[in-house]
Amino acid sequence: MKVLVPVKRVVDYNVKVRVKSDNTGVDIANVKMSMNPFCEIAVEEAVRLKEKGIATEIVAVSAGVAQCQETLRNAMAIGADRGILIETDAELQPLAVAKLLKAVVEREQPRLVILGKQAIDDDANQTGQMLAALLGWGQATFASKVEIDGGVARVTCEVDGGLETVLVNLPAIVTTDLRLNEPRYATLPNIMKAKKKPLETVKPVDLGVDVTPRLTVLRVEEPPKRQGGIKVPDVATLIEKLRNEAKVI
Amino acid sequence: MRCLVIAEHDNQSLKAATLNVVSAAAAIGGEIHVLVAGENAAGAAQAAASVAGVAKVLHADGPAHAHRLPENAAAQVVANAAGYTHILAPATAYGKALAPRVAALLDVAQVSDILKVVDADTFVRPIYAGNAYATVKSSDGVKVITVRGTAFAAAATTGGSATIETVAAVADTGTTRFVSAEIVKSERPELTAARIVVTGGRGLGSGENYQKIIIPLADKLGAAIGASRAAVDAGYVPNDYQVGQTGKIVAPDLYVAVGVSGAIQHLAGMKDSKVIVAINKDPDAPIFSVADYGLVADLFEAVPELTAKL
Ligand SMILES: Cc1cc2nc3c(=O)[nH]c(=O)nc-3n(C[C@H](O)[C@H](O)[C@H](O)COP(=O)(O)OP(=O)(O)OC[C@H]3O[C@@H](n4cnc5c(N)ncnc54)[C@H](O)[C@@H]3O)c2cc1C
Ligand SMILES: Nc1ncnc2c1ncn2[C@@H]1O[C@H](COP(=O)(O)O)[C@@H](O)[C@H]1O
Repeated sequence: MKVLVPVKRVVDYNVKVRVKSDNTGVDIANVKMSMNPFCEIAVEEAVRLKEKGIATEIVAVSAGVAQCQETLRNAMAIGADRGILIETDAELQPLAVAKLLKAVVEREQPRLVILGKQAIDDDANQTGQMLAALLGWGQATFASKVEIDGGVARVTCEVDGGLETVLVNLPAIVTTDLRLNEPRYATLPNIMKAKKKPLETVKPVDLGVDVTPRLTVLRVEEPPKRQGGIKVPDVATLIEKLRNEAKVI
Repeated sequence: MRCLVIAEHDNQSLKAATLNVVSAAAAIGGEIHVLVAGENAAGAAQAAASVAGVAKVLHADGPAHAHRLPENAAAQVVANAAGYTHILAPATAYGKALAPRVAALLDVAQVSDILKVVDADTFVRPIYAGNAYATVKSSDGVKVITVRGTAFAAAATTGGSATIETVAAVADTGTTRFVSAEIVKSERPELTAARIVVTGGRGLGSGENYQKIIIPLADKLGAAIGASRAAVDAGYVPNDYQVGQTGKIVAPDLYVAVGVSGAIQHLAGMKDSKVIVAINKDPDAPIFSVADYGLVADLFEAVPELTAKL
């Protein structure tokens, strides 16, 4: 079974981004970029399926600027077999990404697509669900456990009150949550090996997809700052403040 | 303008988040309709009809909606979408699974987790774990939106007298089957709607300590209980306790963070709380930068003392 894993290049999760002074966006010049953490979990899950003999080939796909090649190499160092870069300098919104991925799915015919639940830059949490809709496939979102049994995926999903288990017919879409697995570190030999794995580049026009954004960002601002608080010396003072100053207890 | 609010419910009653979505719809303007898709969900439809500001309830009842699978729910929304300029759902696990599916089927963008309605086409939403707020304008004919509950007051559950219109329920798409749910039942207030939240982090060291330290304090305060990702990952508490960028967003009157360092991903979920208390033994922990009252102390001494003196 072929597994497709879309991976996004984002500002590293340790970076606290700054809003540009002209309010047109956040400043990402010279900040560290990494693979979106939820995508790393997706790649790891695909590799585990391959190690179990269920997946036969893992194809990583990334849409964006030329540097997304690094993200694909990173996916291949974790264990993806090859990479596809959908190269464009255009701003990509989730609907456009889902359409690009649909075109790749139609070409590659995977039985399973594993995406991250959310990209930590746009915090959209949309692409997997959109792709499932465009393909008419079932979806299992926010997965914390995935088992493949013949033609179905049995997936445990994190929901608001706890956990929910569903059976989804393959082909299907799965999106990953934090508890699905702990991604391995890429070893040096595997990083070297990844450099020799095939990486193909296509353009959105080759896939016949119009990626024009539907949303225009008018302005990006800093969120309101909290007033600095105080340190209290002891528990008694804390209780006194909460009762008489903040009046919340 | 006409808004369709997708209700989250348990067939008998509405989930609280639905009421915040009704308020977001009211901020957009125009008539507000609510879609209740369920099985034997007359109770929920009735509850939706009495919410203040709701003009009409569309009630779709059938076995396809027994477990509120997003595949079937999205098909239902699309079947009833004609005439609506805005389709809104709560930014809960249910709404997040559903709304992008609806948007893709309608070939429109989806606007996630809105904090504010600027006008009918323009919304404010957080990006980068809430470190920036983006004002976005949609050029699509239909706006599909998820709403951050803590950013909009809940609509009143009474005062409305909407008509209830029965609409044909869609057939099961058949792609997905519900197997089971492990839903933790609790007498406590719901995390996202509670007036007070007590959260425990990795500093607690174990699940037993979470029970021993956090629960008595929460009981004293009548609080909901939350956790950091590290505490959930370490197995102290179930996943649905997680507060943060990728967990639940809370904004109670009082948030007490115990043994939580205050990573940006955690702050994203709680920094809109009215009053924040942090108890941490590290005076340089970033949580103190958002805390109104910080107590530098060993939690194993300070929290039991706090519980005892309240
Ligand atoms: C993609 C991604 C998404 C994430 N999403 C979330 C999210 O939604 N929510 C979230 O919370 N995190 C999230 N995280 C994780 C986040 O980055 C932090 O790792 C996490 O919040 C740390 O949890 P913590 O504060 O409990 O643990 P730590 O950072 O280990 O902090 C423990 C604190 O306890 C204090 N402490 C220890 N012992 C004592 C004692 N005896 N008395 C008093 N204080 C003590 C320490 O001083 C320390 O400050 C995410 C990370 C990633 C990469
Ligand atoms: N530009 C992209 N290239 C590849 N995959 C993407 C891209 N954007 C989003 N994705 C996938 O969709 C998931 C959710 O992203 P989002 O819907 O933007 O929050 C990510 O974790 C990726 O798996």
